[in-house]
This record gives sequence, structure tokens and C-alpha cells, in this order.
Amino acid sequence: MTPSAPPRLELSGIAKAFPGVVANDNVSLTVAPGEIHALLGENGAGKSTLVKILYGVQAADEGEIRIDGRPVVIASPKAARALGIGMVFQHFSLFDALTVIENIALGLDEAVDRAELARRVDAILRAYSLPLDLDRAVHTLSVGERQRIEIVRCLLVKPRLLIMDEPTSVLTPQEAERLFAMLRQLAQEGCSILYISHKLAEIKALCSRATILRAGRVVATCDPRAESTRRMAELMIGTELREVARGGRAAPSGPVRLQVRRLSLPRGGPFSVPLREVSFEVRAGEVFGIAGVAGNGQSELLLALSGERLAPEAAMIRLDGRPVGRERAGMRRRAGLCAVPEERNGHAAVPDLSLSDNAILTARHRVPLTANGFLRFGASRSFARKVIERFGVKAVGPAAAARSLSGGNLQKYVVGREILQLPEVLVVSQPTWGVDAGAGAAIHRAILDLAESGSAIVVISQDLDELLALSDRLAVLNEGQLSRPIATADARADEIGLLMGGVHGEHARARGASRA
Amino acid sequence: MSTALLVSFAMTVAMASTPILLASLGELVAEKAGVLNLGVEGMMLIGAVTGFAAAALTGSAYLGLLAAMLGGLLTSLIFAALTLGLSANQVATGLALTIFGVGASALIGAPFVGRTIERLGPLLPQALAGHPVLRVLFGYDLLVYLALGLTAVVAWWLRYTRPGLVLRAVGESDTSAHAIGYPVLAVRTGAVAFGGVLAGLAGAYFSLELTPMWADRLTAGRGWIALALVVFASWRPARLLAGAYLFGAVMTFELHAKAAGFALLPPEILAMLPYLATILVLTLISVRPGRVSTAAPACLGKAFSPA
Repeated sequence: MTPSAPPRLELSGIAKAFPGVVANDNVSLTVAPGEIHALLGENGAGKSTLVKILYGVQAADEGEIRIDGRPVVIASPKAARALGIGMVFQHFSLFDALTVIENIALGLDEAVDRAELARRVDAILRAYSLPLDLDRAVHTLSVGERQRIEIVRCLLVKPRLLIMDEPTSVLTPQEAERLFAMLRQLAQEGCSILYISHKLAEIKALCSRATILRAGRVVATCDPRAESTRRMAELMIGTELREVARGGRAAPSGPVRLQVRRLSLPRGGPFSVPLREVSFEVRAGEVFGIAGVAGNGQSELLLALSGERLAPEAAMIRLDGRPVGRERAGMRRRAGLCAVPEERNGHAAVPDLSLSDNAILTARHRVPLTANGFLRFGASRSFARKVIERFGVKAVGPAAAARSLSGGNLQKYVVGREILQLPEVLVVSQPTWGVDAGAGAAIHRAILDLAESGSAIVVISQDLDELLALSDRLAVLNEGQLSRPIATADARADEIGLLMGGVHGEHARARGASRA
Repeated sequence: MSTALLVSFAMTVAMASTPILLASLGELVAEKAGVLNLGVEGMMLIGAVTGFAAAALTGSAYLGLLAAMLGGLLTSLIFAALTLGLSANQVATGLALTIFGVGASALIGAPFVGRTIERLGPLLPQALAGHPVLRVLFGYDLLVYLALGLTAVVAWWLRYTRPGLVLRAVGESDTSAHAIGYPVLAVRTGAVAFGGVLAGLAGAYFSLELTPMWADRLTAGRGWIALALVVFASWRPARLLAGAYLFGAVMTFELHAKAAGFALLPPEILAMLPYLATILVLTLISVRPGRVSTAAPACLGKAFSPA
């Protein structure tokens, strides 16, 4: 790129206010052609608002956007796409009841013949080794698979500026590597990339410049390759970061609190994965990690452990020695087994209910928030307030509707709600998905504190770094089967990554190919 | 049973089913876009009265049909303005629309009570429909064919065309559709308007063909069965067709049974049969053991206002 070439993207003085909150305040940044530019910031720092303005979803109150030196008005996402801007949202714009190919077609501005579209999509899937079955309905797909639809939508338009909003939060290390290779290749072809992520390590590896936002303002611009992750995290949160250290703990030798023995579960729907003889034990004080790519039985395992789906036999799941496999979720909670599912909106929380009402839904017995069949509103509000304060949830208060919270903030709330019930066994899926570094550390700290107090904890996650940081032992779930657990101290990331991604990835591709 | 009786039975079935099919097809499109319009009965009544008035004034039943479409359209646009423009509650607005339709149609129709008109009559020349068997195929008025044809067109349009896909997407997730950049409210307004036009036609079928005269509440609650059909047909046009014709068949059977002096069951029970049979059959065909039906558009009845 010649130095005289105008920047691909130039934002100057962008401002946007919502009632009660200033989301963006005088934000300026430039992205050169072919540059991978990181946009860093905590939840609620204004990153999402900024990219929504850029993609035409929202209009800025003030400021100017220039593309290739020309001032532009981006009135709609369609206008953005016409300018060559593509975006992979953090919240996917997908239609659950429609098929993958229909969802992809909806992301295009012009009608494309279905056979022709399938051919083009197939070429992209092949080029980037993304397994995806085009005829499946989206509601049967895992989060990782859903993200692939969004990526394919963007790549079909051959964008000149690609916005990625936390793209790797649901990918395995191998898949993330593949994504990075793809992004680097795109950048080399001249496409600029605006990359939003909380994972500072990957920003260091991928991006050549970074703009850091805090409370809606640009607080720093730096070269992430030359800056330490610690320094960037501190710029982001504005205070010093406390590290979560796991090392140096003796192997837990407490009594077995959760025992799962030969748990098999038939598939729950046409596309769910059956569990096959899953066995593991978690001791008091232990954090047990379950790794694996989405869609290998993680959701089914969580449902089986939480009690949303009953095990075929009571003895397959034991809580402190007592068989609970045939008990439903409410009874298991009462007995001390709490669970946090992956999907926060609609599964972990009811979007239209207030935070305090959502607290009643899972914490009513253990806190307790009901008395003689009546709700204790005062107690619910103060419990909700405790979660909000303890986990730094950005919300108006306990009366705020769950849907009004950003994804990361709601995640902090639903995880905090279970942890503060001090369960004997906590099962948590993707505890820090979409949560920024500061809050992620707080959630990790709280999980470890809970373990230290004698609880047994199961963390199901696709984020290997998270599992390596948190767990004492971990096992990989692949096609419904759980591998032999290994001590985290002996584990090597690339080996586990291969177990997670490699094998299943090949299987999925083989399945896709045989169908095609 | 004689051939003549069979032919007359079959033709009565087709004609009894047509208004239900038309109205429910329009509602299906609106609901696929995510709008629950409970005002079908009201829109049908407005269509019935405007169609009859226009036919009585101009002497042409076909001009009556045009007027009915316009009447249904305008009524549906009142609904669209309230629920889509002002985000009013769809259930309450739809119920109010039906009450409005009952009253307004009675008012407009008052001067026309007792007047007679030339009914629509068969579409094709009599020569084609001379033989009884041919008459079953070719002896109907325009709307019977239109309803059948439109069902096929709507089914194909929803399933295979891009605008149809966009309409389904809007009903499935208004926020996603908006985020991608589809005009959610415009699509929904169009769908509601289509529902209004078809409901107007369905109403006019009563006043221009089935009972060519005007009386208050002429449509006798058929708008409600049309609404129920959409749900029990799992939002599928083919099942809608089956349900509408099944309803028409059982209703015709009931009329014939009454006329023949069938007294084994009280007439009130017989009058329930079409409703019971239709709902029972459609429920049975839509049941999939062990699978939760995802047929209902996810955003059905929810207000949407673009941020």
C-alpha cells in the first residue's frame, strides 16, 4: 500500500447518546487498506454501538465517516454492504426456523438462484475448511456452526472492510487458527478488518494496530504486537488487573461430590447428539473441565446434569453419593446441584422478566426467595442487587429487564446468580462467553473461590485457555463420548485442541460430503 | 345416491369452502410475516357489504368484487396503522376491528336490506358444464378457481421465491431481519393488506354468490374458523386447503342430513360437527410424536419498532 493511499476507513468525532447513557463520545480512528485493526474495550465501552453505526444499524448523532477518503452516509446495512462493508455480529442475525442456505440467501442483497448459491457457498466452505450442512434448520445448530453462517454471508459479498465482533469466542484453537489464516489472507488481498475481541493474546497475534475504548471514548491507540497484554487490559478497564492464578494447588483429595457413571442418553431431537457412556467424578474443591467443539453433546450433557433431561437410571448421576438421575431440575437445585446453560437469553434467563424475578426462578429454594408459597420481593431484590454488585453487572438495577442487558453483562448476572447460591455442585457452560477480560477474571475468581469452599465444579467450555486456567483435570467430549480425564498440569493445548477439533472436524466434513 | 345428488353435494362443498379458504389464506400470509390479525371477521363483513352495495348500484357483480377488495384493503390498513404504525396490541386491535366491522357493515348495509342483485354465477360458458360430471369441474364461479389457484401460488411463493423467504424471515425474527436491513414494517404492512384484500373477497362471496342479498352479520362467524384453520393447519397452505374443504364437506353433509330428516343426533350436535371434525383431523395430521412443532412464526403477534 502506498503511503498516499487514503485510509480505507476514517471515523472522526463520532458521537452517539442513548437516553441516560453516552455510548460514543468523539470517537476517531483510521484503518488502512489491508490492515487488521483491533477495537478493544470492556462490555459497555461502546464498541458495539460504534460498529453498528459503521454498519448502518444505528445513526450517529455527530461525526463523519469516510471510506477510501470519500465522506459517506451509511443509512442502512444495505448501504453499508453496497460500500463493501461486511459484518459478523456478536449476536447473530439468524432465523431459527429457516435452513442454513435460506439464512445465507437472506444475507444477500440480490436474489441468487439456489443451486448457484449452494455452489458458491460450497466453494467458500471448502476454501476455508468450514463444515456446514446447508439444509439443516438453524435451531438445530450449535453456536459455533451458527457463526459459520454469518462468516459465509460476509465472504460471499467479497468485502473491502470486514467487521468481526468477537469471532473466536466459540471456536477451538485449531478453528481459530484457521480463521486467523483466513483473515490474514483476506487482509493480504487488500481487505481491511476491524476486529473486536476480548482475547488480548489473539489480538497480539493478529492485529497490527489497536484502538482502545473506555466509557465511549478512545483512551489509547497502540501497536498490540509491541504492547503487553497486561498493559492493554489495564488501559481497557482503567485500573490494575488482578491475575487469576491457579497454579500451586495440591490435587483435591476431598470426597467425591458428583459422580457420573455410564451415562447414556438417546438423542433428544433429530439433530441432537446422543451421549454414550459418559463417566467422570468430581471431588470437593475440584474444577473439572469438559472441552470440545460445540455440537458434540455439550448441550445434552448440560441438560442431563441439570435435570432438564432425566437420565435413564437414577444411579447414573450421584450427588454426594445419592442417586439423583431421575430427579428434575428443581429437585436437583434444592439438593445443591445448580447449572448455568450456555444460552443466556431464553434459557438461563427470561428476557422480559426483571433481574430480581429471574433470581426467583432459580434461587428461590436455596436463598430462599419464597415463603409459604409467596414470593419474597424484598429478598429477591436484595439478592439480585448482591449479584449485580458482586459481579459488576452494568444494569439500571434489580428491576431492569434481562433483555435490556448486553450479552456479557447478562452472562455475569446468570453465572453470579448460581454462584451466590453456594451450590454443592455447579455445572457451568461457557462461563465467560462474550465477557470482557476484567469481568471474565472476576467470574473465574468466583468459580475458584467456590471450589475452594468445598464445592465441586464442572466447566463446559470451548475456550481451551479458560479450561487450562481453571480446571484441575479435563476431558474432551467428542461425538457424545468423553475421553479419559487428564490432569491439566500435564496437558498440552495443541494435543487437546487436536482431540477437540481434528477428529470431529473430519467426521463432520465427511458427513457433509456424503450428503452432497 | 344419484349422480345429480353427488354433483350437487360436491359443488356445495366447493362453494362452502371457498370463502374460508380465501380468508384463511390471507391470514396465513399475514401471520407468516408475524402479524396476528384477529379482525378477519370484521374485514369479511366490510367486504361483504361494500361488494353488495357496489353490485347493487352498478349492476355488476364483478365491480362488486373490486369494491369488496378495496373495502377489505382499507379495513386492514386501519389495523396496520394501529398495530404496525403505533405498535398497538395486535390481539386487542384485531378484536376491535371485528366489532368495528360488524357495526360499520350494518350501517352501510342498512339501505340495501331487501334488495336483490345478479349473483356472480358460473365463470365458464354453460356449454362446457352441460354434463353433470363436467359441471363438477367447470361449473363454478370465478372465486372458487381463484381460491384454489391462489393457494398454489401462495404456497409456491412462500417456499421458493426470495420475497416469500423475506416475508417468512420477518415473521421468524424481526430483529434479525431489521439488522440485515429488511424493511420489517413495510413487509408486514404488505402482508396485512394482502390478508385484507382476501378477507374482503371472502366476505363478498357470501353477499355476491352464496346468499345474494344483504343481512347483518352475513358471514356468520366464518372469519373465526378461518383464523383457527391457520393455526391447526400449522401455517401450511396445503393443509389449509385440506382443512377448508373438509370443513365445507362436513358442513354440507350436516345440511343434507338435516334436510333428509336425520334425527339420530340433535341438530345442535350436528351443527358442531364441521368445527370438531376439522380441528380433530388437522390436529392429528400435525402431530409429530416426540417433536415440538416449530410451525408457528416465532414473532407472531409481537410488536416491533425499529430502534
